[in-house]
Parts: sequence; C-alpha cells; structure tokens
Amino acid sequence: MTSTMLTPDTIEAEPVRRTAQPIPTSRLTKVELRKMFNTRSGLWMLVCIGVLSPISAGSLLVFGRTSDVIYQNFVRASGFPMSVILPMIAILAVTGEWNQRTGLTTFTLVPSRGRVIGAKAIATLLVGVGAVSLAFAVGALGNVAGAALAGLDTTWDISWSMALQLVLYNLVGMAFGFALGVVLRNSAAAIVGYFVASLVLPGILALLAQVRPWFEDLQPWIDWRYTQVSLLNGATNTVEEWAMLGSTTMIWIVLPLVVGLLSLRRSEVK
Amino acid sequence: MITVESLTRRYAGFTAVDNVSFTALPGRVTGFLGPNGAGKSTTMRVMVGLTVPTSGTATINGQRFADLPNPGLEVGVLLDASAQHAGRTGREILAIAADTMGLPRRRVDEMLELVSLTPSEAKRRVRNYSLGMRQRLGIATALLGDPEVLILDEPANGLDPAGIRWMRDLLTGFASQGGTVLLSSHLIHEIEVVADDLVVIGHGKIVAAGTKDELLAAAGTLVRSTSPRDLAHALERAGISSTLAEDGSLRTDADPALVGAVAQTAGIAITELRSAEGTGLEDVFLSLTADTQREGAAA
Repeated sequence: MTSTMLTPDTIEAEPVRRTAQPIPTSRLTKVELRKMFNTRSGLWMLVCIGVLSPISAGSLLVFGRTSDVIYQNFVRASGFPMSVILPMIAILAVTGEWNQRTGLTTFTLVPSRGRVIGAKAIATLLVGVGAVSLAFAVGALGNVAGAALAGLDTTWDISWSMALQLVLYNLVGMAFGFALGVVLRNSAAAIVGYFVASLVLPGILALLAQVRPWFEDLQPWIDWRYTQVSLLNGATNTVEEWAMLGSTTMIWIVLPLVVGLLSLRRSEVK
Repeated sequence: MITVESLTRRYAGFTAVDNVSFTALPGRVTGFLGPNGAGKSTTMRVMVGLTVPTSGTATINGQRFADLPNPGLEVGVLLDASAQHAGRTGREILAIAADTMGLPRRRVDEMLELVSLTPSEAKRRVRNYSLGMRQRLGIATALLGDPEVLILDEPANGLDPAGIRWMRDLLTGFASQGGTVLLSSHLIHEIEVVADDLVVIGHGKIVAAGTKDELLAAAGTLVRSTSPRDLAHALERAGISSTLAEDGSLRTDADPALVGAVAQTAGIAITELRSAEGTGLEDVFLSLTADTQREGAAA
C-alpha cells in the first residue's frame, strides 16, 4: 500500500541549505588515528609497544653474549613486540566499527565507506612507520649501551636494503591484519585468522613441501610467513625473491582486501 | 524535509519494508509508529545509507543521504544508543564526532550541558553508562552539528520520566524552529503527546498516515447519556451506527457535533461527549495494525 501524507502542491518550498564543505581526507585520517588509541584497549596496545620494546632490547643487553652486541640484533629485539602488536592494532582499527558497532555513527557521519577505510589505511601506515622508527631508535640506544658495557666498538651493521626490509616486514604484517579485518569484519575471527596464517599454516605448508617435492618450489610463492621471515632477515635480494614477496602479498593481502572492499560497500551496517 | 518514495527492502525470504512512501515535513514532529519488527528501523537505516534499498528512494531535503557532503551538519541521527565503543569515554565519543564534522571542541561541552551529562559522567567510559545516559549521549551526538533534520529511533527508551519530558520539549522546540523531526516509537502515549503527524507501519507496509488529528478523528466519538439505549436508537434513526459498551458509553464513527445534535433533537440528556481520544491513538494503532500484531486479535 502506498500512502503520502500531503499532495506535492501543499509541500512547502525546500529550506535553503547551508553550504557544507566535504570532509577532507586529512581530517578523516586524524580522526581515525585518534580512534585507534582513545579506547582502553587501544591505549594499552600503545603502552605495550612503548614498554615492551625497551624491555625486549634491554633483555638482550642483560642476557646476550658479547657477540650479540650488534645493531641488527637490537633492532630486531626492540621490534619483536611490535611485530605482534602492530597487526592487532591494524585489525582492531577496522573490525571495531563492526564489533563495537561504532560503524553506525561513523558511516552516518561519513557515508562513503571507501573513504573511511582509506583513512584507516593511512592512519595504520602512519602508526606502522612511527613504531618502526621507534624500534630503530631504541635499537640504537641499546646498541650504544651494549657496546659501552662490553667495552666494544659499536657495530652499525644495517644496510639501507636491510632497513627497508625491516620496515616492510612490519608494514606487510599490518597490511595483512588490515586486509583480514576488512574481509572478516570481526575482531575475534580476524585475530584467529592472523595467527593461523602466521603460526599454523607455515607448518602445514612446510610439511607438504617435504612429502611432495613438486610443492617445495611452490611454497615460497604462496607461504606468507616464508617471505616475511625472508624480510626480517634482510634476505629478500634477488628479483625472484621480490617476486615471491609480490606473489604472497597478492594472495594474502590484495585479494582479501579487494573481496572485503567489494562486499563492504553494499553490506548492511548493523 | 524527509521524503521516502516507494521504498522496498527485501531480505532472503521476507520483505522488511514494502513499498513505503511518506513525507516528514519541516516544522513538524512526525511520529513513526509500528509494532516490533514492523520495519521502522530498517526504513530509518535506509534513509541514512546504512542499508541499501532493494528499490525506491529516500531523500533528505531532496538529496540522497550518501550525497550530502557533511551529513552530520544537516541530519542528526540516533539509531541505537548502545552502538558505541564501550571503552571510550562519553566526551571522547562526542569529540571524534565533532572532529569528523569539523566543529570546534566547545560544541562538545555545549552538547554535554544540553543533555545534562555532568563533566564527571562525561569522563566515564560508556561501558559504565545506563541506557538513559547512552540515550542522552546519542541525542548529544545527533544535535552536535546543529542539523535541520533529526532521525531518531526509539529515543525515549531507557529515559526516566523527567528525561522523557525533557526529550519531548526538546523535540517540539526543535520542530517549532523549523526543524524536521522523524521519531520512531512503539510507545504510543509518547508519540501521541509529541507528534504532529503520524505514519503507522505494520508488516513493512504503511497502514495509515496523516496528521494526528485526522487519525484520531477516525477513532470517532464517545458519548454517555442518562439513557444510552434511547440514544442508540435515536442515532440509528439518524443513520448513525453505534456500539453500546458495558459501562453505558456509546461509540460511533460520527462527528461529536452531529451526535450532540441528534441527542438534542431526541431530548436525551448527555453526560459526556468527546472525541474518543483518551485511549484513542492506542485503539487506532491496535486496530490499524491488528493483522500484523504478534498477539493476534487486538483489543
């Protein structure tokens, strides 16, 4: 049944609208950045990074051998807690809108969901770059302190290529978490998915490579963790190795991201 | 102004909103009334772009919600007061909304004051808020951008009596300044007090729409007299059908003036004559949505 309350000729003229300016992406990014850390869980993740990173580097000072006192080790040590927490931050930045149902407000204030996700992606990237810079800084402090304590010359053994790979290692981890968040839109599922893909799946794939020789050559092209470890060790050098990274990125990040964005555009926000 | 035209939303197996059309006009409070699951919330969600319609359109001041450059400044929306991050403080929730809309932070304090949330309450995390406090926070978010249109889904839920009174005054004040208010509720009396226009929905279809006065007039007249049976006969002779209730009152669809005239001609003393308004809207609502009530036959 159709029903209108008034016939069109009795409807008053439209009120004059104020000219509203579109919301700039820089403002959205700032808001998304704030939203990552103004919750209790977000704050604690930030605190964890700030506290665990120096502790991790410090433990290398205390328990490491003299031969361990090199810059690489300190950066890896201070970066280790981050490599776990950063992907969680990326996941929750996306899934919170659905799990905590804040999307109801977010997407009525900014109807373009693509723009919101884009702003989240930029904010996530900024957090990643900031955190990795912190890891390098804390690592440098640890290295200087370690060398002084052991009475050695400081060893700065991180090349530009290796630095780039260490940065990428963390950003790729975050991107994977972000993609999982976009495609699953559920905190628990995305976190479980992340750990399955990083801890369980590599074992299965390695086993498969052992029993099926034809798979051995294929594994580096599809095993996400394999290319990650290669980045962490600064061992991604040849064109083929970069191509492998491209391949796993395509499978684990680009593909879920595209699928997630397509379904997200029309899905109901409940 | 909110214009909904031939709006339909189908889900696998059922139609939540079925060819719904109505208009909410500026300067008026439009009550959106219907039983649980009638399609009120789905219609409102389509209006603000959270749900994609299967067909039909919903526009705000002639524009699709998704095309509004900064919707918060034009439409205040409160769909579910509980849909907030439990780990955020009330103030923080308003702050990020104000930042998104590009408003100065002092708006946050103004809104907190307007909805009577104290500074110490605003510092608490929403996890510890009562439903009424969340509702106030939701109203604050909706009003933050000083919009011209308000879309509120069950805003009176969880408010205490003073809060309900406050909300009522707020909405009528908003409308009297030329704002458009669309207010959904299943609380009939709340709507009856505040709404100028009504849209009644059941099973996803509009069963009645019009001004409140029109709809209540449809409820007819209640008349009491010293001799109800004689009055019933007199009315019948005048071609007016009526029903005699056990308490001796007569109900009829005719206008009170006409009933009075008939009684005068018949020389019957009337003790009470009025529009059947006291329980009117409830009766109208129940009879209009009788087919769609979960409880089956309505009162």
